[in-house]
Amino acid sequence: MLALNSRTTKTAFDVASSDAALHRFLHGLPGVDKVGAEQRTAALSTRSIKTTAKAYAIDLAIRMVDLTTLEGADTPGKVKALCAKGRHPDPADPTCPSVAAICVYPSMVPTAAAALKGSGIHLASVATAFPSGQAPMAVKLYDTSAAVDAGADEIDMVINRGAFLAGRYLEVYEEIVAIKEACRSAHLKVILETGELVTYDNVRRASWLAMIAGADFIKTSTGKVTPAATLPVTLIMLEAVRDYVAETSRKVGVKPAGGIRTTKDAIKYLVMVNETVGEGWLDPDWFRFGASTLLNDLLMQRTKLATGHYAGPDYFTLD
Amino acid sequence: MPSKARVAVRKTYKLFIGGAFPRSESGRTFEVDGNNVALASRKDARDAVLAARAAFGKWAGATAYNRGQILYRAAEMLESRRGEFPAEEVDDAVDRLVWYAGWSDKIAQVYGSANPVAGPYFNISSPEPTGVVAIIAPSSFLGFVSVLAPAIVTGNTCVVVTPAAVDAITFAEVLATSDLPGGVVNILTGSVAEVAPWLASHDDVNGLDLTGVDNAELALTLEQSAAGTLKRIIRRSSPKWTDDPGIGRMTAFLETKTVWHPKGV
Amino acid sequence: MFTYAPAPESRSIVNIKPSYGLFINGSFVDGGSAFKTINPANEEVLAEVAEATKEDVDRAVKAARAAFKTWSKLPGKERAKYLFRIARIIQERSRELAVLESLDNGKPIKESRDVDVPLVAAHFFYYAGWADKLNHAGFGANPRPLGVAGQIIPWNFPLLMLAWKIAPALACGNTVVLKPAETTPLSALLFAEICQQADLPPGVVNIVTGAGATGAALVDHPDVDKVAFTGSTDVGRHIAKAVAGTKKKVTLELGGKAANIIFEDAPIDQAVEGIVNGIFFNQGHVCCAGSRLLVQESIYDTLLESLKRRMGTLRVGDPLDKNTDIGAINSQDQLKRIKALAKIGSEEGAEAWSPPCELPRNGFWFRPTIFTGVSQAHRIAREEIFGPVLSVLTFRTPAEAIEKANNTPYGLSAGIWTEKGSRILDMADKLRAGVVWANTFNKFDPASPFGGYKESGYGREGGRHGLEAYLAV
Repeated sequence: MLALNSRTTKTAFDVASSDAALHRFLHGLPGVDKVGAEQRTAALSTRSIKTTAKAYAIDLAIRMVDLTTLEGADTPGKVKALCAKGRHPDPADPTCPSVAAICVYPSMVPTAAAALKGSGIHLASVATAFPSGQAPMAVKLYDTSAAVDAGADEIDMVINRGAFLAGRYLEVYEEIVAIKEACRSAHLKVILETGELVTYDNVRRASWLAMIAGADFIKTSTGKVTPAATLPVTLIMLEAVRDYVAETSRKVGVKPAGGIRTTKDAIKYLVMVNETVGEGWLDPDWFRFGASTLLNDLLMQRTKLATGHYAGPDYFTLD
Repeated sequence: MPSKARVAVRKTYKLFIGGAFPRSESGRTFEVDGNNVALASRKDARDAVLAARAAFGKWAGATAYNRGQILYRAAEMLESRRGEFPAEEVDDAVDRLVWYAGWSDKIAQVYGSANPVAGPYFNISSPEPTGVVAIIAPSSFLGFVSVLAPAIVTGNTCVVVTPAAVDAITFAEVLATSDLPGGVVNILTGSVAEVAPWLASHDDVNGLDLTGVDNAELALTLEQSAAGTLKRIIRRSSPKWTDDPGIGRMTAFLETKTVWHPKGV
Repeated sequence: MFTYAPAPESRSIVNIKPSYGLFINGSFVDGGSAFKTINPANEEVLAEVAEATKEDVDRAVKAARAAFKTWSKLPGKERAKYLFRIARIIQERSRELAVLESLDNGKPIKESRDVDVPLVAAHFFYYAGWADKLNHAGFGANPRPLGVAGQIIPWNFPLLMLAWKIAPALACGNTVVLKPAETTPLSALLFAEICQQADLPPGVVNIVTGAGATGAALVDHPDVDKVAFTGSTDVGRHIAKAVAGTKKKVTLELGGKAANIIFEDAPIDQAVEGIVNGIFFNQGHVCCAGSRLLVQESIYDTLLESLKRRMGTLRVGDPLDKNTDIGAINSQDQLKRIKALAKIGSEEGAEAWSPPCELPRNGFWFRPTIFTGVSQAHRIAREEIFGPVLSVLTFRTPAEAIEKANNTPYGLSAGIWTEKGSRILDMADKLRAGVVWANTFNKFDPASPFGGYKESGYGREGGRHGLEAYLAV
């Protein structure tokens, strides 16, 4: 499918030689039938995950959370508290795993880096004029490298949706390539903002565009646009990473973000991962949840499983 | 003294198969009103089914408008040759052809449907012709036209068996001058008891109209035989041919095809 | 490993009696001998059921005839209310019906719960609405019912086939004698209780249980005006022969060997779902199953790889487990037939493949299987297997796909997968099949007519068309 001519991802693809070439390639991907895709996710959502399977899924989901605060009102105090929560989500239970990462605005990276030191928890920073992406390229590049310099080891960038929808694929591609370079060793998550791409065909094309440009992760949403993550959109992205690794041997992670609030929702995602891409992605290195309120529901359900009775919100910290 | 009396040129009544007028391969004839007419055989039936099958795709695929035009043309031809047909039946027969001609592009609207299914699907049902239909025609001319026209107007092709050879073959001449593609109508004159069983048991015949079978016993055997390939059946009956025929003779040889497609962006 | 723990649906919601009589004239009556119905997933006996004799069938037909006099004269709007009532009770008792269906049939609870039973209720709702609108159905003014309908249904969708038969018959003013399949009588008997609960007048619905002889007695009964049958083409032929020379109206819903045609420009991921759903839904016990996969050669390798990967996620096992995708084969006999044809497939040189999966020790099971290297000449490409077995063939051009798809005496259904609209419409025109699913498969709806061309039978069930089978038109 791809004209692969070298092992490096940056300049590897003839398909990225021009807008026209990218257009030919991306529009040559198999189409997505909306109704069929939505039915598939609806069918997977009927899986009944009980007892031991549920316990496994809850702990896995906790380990996959990118615990996020992206508010204008964020302060060092708020971020420090969040980091503490990420380290020990349930202070009463030492068997409770910590989250995958803390996700903050670039200005909060130094605070978070200090708070997470030695925890093994990743530090993700949104960058590139998040969430709109509407800034000059130089600003986006500086935004990125500043976050990396301050200690972020994961960068969540947004793509230029306007350029994508206008068919200026090369512009989108080159921007991702440049940001990837600015990330140096930090992992790059590319946010497609699927709510603005609207069609599943676009989601599939944007996924491939981000992957061939070097994304380590593809992520659904900023959380600032409705709809954010949905099961069908995530299904399309999972299919994309599955097909991409088969084609190129390079594995890419997936991160649904925004709107995932309950354990029930999270388990539906995990079932979908399990039955679409399999065991290989059931790991925080390859699948993340961008979420904030989800964590407490996971903790309540975890406690319910352990104690046998329903838990109440007062017993879990609000950070 | 030289006679002024002119010796008439007589017509030879042969079969009508694939648009041509062949003799029976068996070489046999029988006499009707002083004419020797071809006596169809089992092999003529076989040839007629082959011709009908060969004509089916194109006739079924023709536009409904085109089929209607051709039936209307047949009505014109019949009108112009009305003197050659039974005087008491020919007017009704012309009108019947006109009536069915008009149905060609309406039956799908009346007998089809858009189906409001409970889901994001486009869903539509439309009638399609059954295929090759064998017809045992009633002996009256109006009856003959009244069983033939509804079978073909919807796109079926047919093999008609009748002992009333003179009217049938004269009508074949009407059809042959109406732009009806060869093979759409094939007419076998002769013995129903001899030929019909071969059509009833034929694996490449999809429908069987027993309307004109006189003998109840024979009708029963033919229907039983037709069960072998689950042919669509019209049972024997003797309707009053001047009555409003309704759409039942058309729908008996129509299949309903339902097509689903998802709706999504 | 993310292993799903067992998630069994509770069977305590359904109360199966040790034995059941025949439902004639509004009450359960004793029959002569009895037979056992078992759970095909573990061979446990579920109940004993009466075997209706010729005399029992005669009693049932007489009851139906007597009831016809008043039922057919009841205003349509009143008949409608009974059908609406039945539809509502089915909704209220849906879990119970689903569990019972899965126990007696072996189908996964997720299907009986999410497909069969909801469609049953919907079917009664749909035809209830027709009962007082028959004047507007396009069959002329004041169309008359036929009389007593003898209805024989198969074991693959016991309750759904019952609904397809009874709902339109009653809406049109007929009364019925219905014979469920001998391996799956229980949901029909529970339906009889629902008729009682709905205060349906006695004799309007009669249920006679039994095997082939009971069915034959019903078809041959001289006072039956209408025969409706769903089942094998062989039995269909016998019925067509048996009613020859009578005035009985017949509709037949018979076998199939549907082609599911995948073009290179198909939405591949959905096509794979469609293939899986097409052949493994209900263990492939589906007359319209997409049992012949026609793949365009240019995408054969990738498609087969995707299909196999997807088949690897199918969960075979306990029908009552909510996560089961493929349940039990309905009977020992059916399992034997599937095994015999699969063996022939291998002997004829086709290559069988199944994902690794453990099968329960008791009960009747068959792994989801695909045969590759199949040609049109193979018996597994021509004969209906009626099990989870897919024959894979290839084609190069649309014309070749049509030729192969139509090269069968059957004509029930077909599938087309391509993103090109004009190709879909052209293919749909040329396929000789009663239902054409484009970019989807195995979709059913009460408003959508269903039925076959050629040896797949005649008549349509569902929609306005479905009324014709039960009216004197």
